[in-house]
Amino acid sequence: MPEATRSTIDKNEVDRFSAMAAEWWSPTGKFRPLHKFNPVRLAYIRDQVATRFGRDIHAAKPFEGLRFLDIGCGGGLLCEPMARLGAEVVGADASATNIEVAKLHAAESGVTIDYRATTAEALADAGEKFDVVLNMEVVEHVADIDLFIGKTSEMVKPGGLMFVATINRTLKALGLAIIGAEYVLRWLPRGTHQYEKLVRPEELEKALSTAGMSVIDRTGVVYSPLSDRWQRSKDMDVNYMLLAERSAYD
Amino acid sequence: MAQRPEPGIAQQAGKRDFDVLVAGAGYVGLATAVSIKQARPGLAVAVVDAAPEGVWQKDGRASAIAAAACRMLDRLGCWGELLPQAQPITDMIVTDSRSTDPVRPVFLTFDGDVDEGEPFAHMIANVALNGALRRRAAELGIDLVEGVAVSSFDTDGGRARVHLADGLVFDTRLLIAADGVKSGLRDMAGIKTMHWDYGQSGIVCTVGHERPHGGRAEEHFLPAGPFATLPLKPDANGKNRSSIVWTERTADAERLVSGDPFIFEVELEQRFGLKLGEISVETKPRAFPLGLTLARAFVKPRFALAGDAAHGIHPIAGQGLNLGFKDAAALAETVVEADRLGQDIGALDVLEGYERWRRFDTVRMGITTDVLNRLFSNDSTPLRAVRDIGLGLVDRMPALKTYFIKQASGLTGETPRLLRGEAI
Repeated sequence: MPEATRSTIDKNEVDRFSAMAAEWWSPTGKFRPLHKFNPVRLAYIRDQVATRFGRDIHAAKPFEGLRFLDIGCGGGLLCEPMARLGAEVVGADASATNIEVAKLHAAESGVTIDYRATTAEALADAGEKFDVVLNMEVVEHVADIDLFIGKTSEMVKPGGLMFVATINRTLKALGLAIIGAEYVLRWLPRGTHQYEKLVRPEELEKALSTAGMSVIDRTGVVYSPLSDRWQRSKDMDVNYMLLAERSAYD
Repeated sequence: MAQRPEPGIAQQAGKRDFDVLVAGAGYVGLATAVSIKQARPGLAVAVVDAAPEGVWQKDGRASAIAAAACRMLDRLGCWGELLPQAQPITDMIVTDSRSTDPVRPVFLTFDGDVDEGEPFAHMIANVALNGALRRRAAELGIDLVEGVAVSSFDTDGGRARVHLADGLVFDTRLLIAADGVKSGLRDMAGIKTMHWDYGQSGIVCTVGHERPHGGRAEEHFLPAGPFATLPLKPDANGKNRSSIVWTERTADAERLVSGDPFIFEVELEQRFGLKLGEISVETKPRAFPLGLTLARAFVKPRFALAGDAAHGIHPIAGQGLNLGFKDAAALAETVVEADRLGQDIGALDVLEGYERWRRFDTVRMGITTDVLNRLFSNDSTPLRAVRDIGLGLVDRMPALKTYFIKQASGLTGETPRLLRGEAI
């Protein structure tokens, strides 16, 4: 396919999320699992960014002066916490409906976020650069992973970071994240994830390395039914997160 | 219209928008506010209380502060000034007998310390405790508005809008109701409660006695309910004193406190005994109806209950105040952790963490004290035999006894960091 016609956008996926947009901020609604999942990924981002940029996690605004991009930001579940921690945040989503919901909610919460209904490739082509790119629970919904990772990596400043969180393509993930979460527990609407679109860590690592990024940390995330909490684990068979860095000498 | 002698700091500064607004300036409300503000000085924290200024200084009661709560008060910068006024409880005996029995069998002796040299509780005058928390709150820059009740609130959107009785309106990201067992805010939030009335009241007063108590607390299970004596610091004239909590059927309790003081003294003497010499009633006895009240939910969006507003329990095991401190510590830790992650501190999913943390513990403690009370507040001979064997067994089993001591000192369950003496 010629470069000009390639796109990261899967229209069916954008439509599906747009249809649920009103529910983004209801902690008892369709996105309840994501709300439950939020603390573990927030803590990972906060701790890693603080370590790599030498920030104090107990400061009122540890991310002050850092520019963040949340790509595929949905209703802004990650953008708002990052903004409260002091970051200058650009939230981008291919769904205009999502962006409307996110804007309304940010106004209600009293946080300032630069929301844009756009794509990774459009932002990259406009020359946007960020200290931290958040690429969370998105790669399993895009049309072209290599292009998507390439374009988002392009926007990471030298010495900057990119977080990627997704679901592994294993039988365990099929059982837990799709059959379990969508069909048995009904945590997620059916069709939220498609098995063949899931991504293995080695595929992501390869795409990241092609894009000039080095993976510097990997962690699994598992659900603990007893405490009803998500926590970090060595087990990357289902949910996992990667942290990649662009060399400061790039 | 509520009377307010002078405008609070909040009005003077013209500030109307808070991160945390606490309704109720009792020890739970103040401890929650201080715990949050100390860890996150950047948050705007205020406390409103319906009682006019100075009313808190009229409380003549004293409370047993468990070891865990002492550690928390230390961490909050209040313990240093309280220690000289605190009476350590170094020994505790529990007996089961009719008051007329010549010799009371001693079943449980909790003379173990929690850690080497750490008494499992201290008795402190409520005024001293409240005063120390108020001083610390002022030092941290927490706004205190007294003499104004909350008349209504709504929690739509990103803020709770709180209307005060004098017409002022405060916005806040999180509203905490620590306004006691008859919580008006709980009703406004539409949270229902489960309530059991025991038909009993607790009579509370200070008793003077000739000889020192030696730091010993006693709990006697009498047919009408428990009779507890708790050691106090001697007063300014060096008079030896103890605080009593004496449970009677409500009608009997009312008659005792409002009747002839001489009859009260005679009845008291029968229960208190003369082992510490002549006794005298030092403060006017008051009766408090006892019941078990549990809120069906502890949180709603932008709203959380703490202390007696969430759970009023029978004081049989002396746990009400310590559950309140545990609420304060757990709620503060939940809010502070969420704020450090950039989360919305008033969001339901954040507050559910606090509810999950506290509700099980609270219900368990409520049920335990309820069962203890039902078991002991009667005079049936078979039941007496069963419970005597039960208490005897507990005394002979070190592990179980240690568990009870730990439980009494508030150290079991998933302990919030402040109660372990750590910073949030």
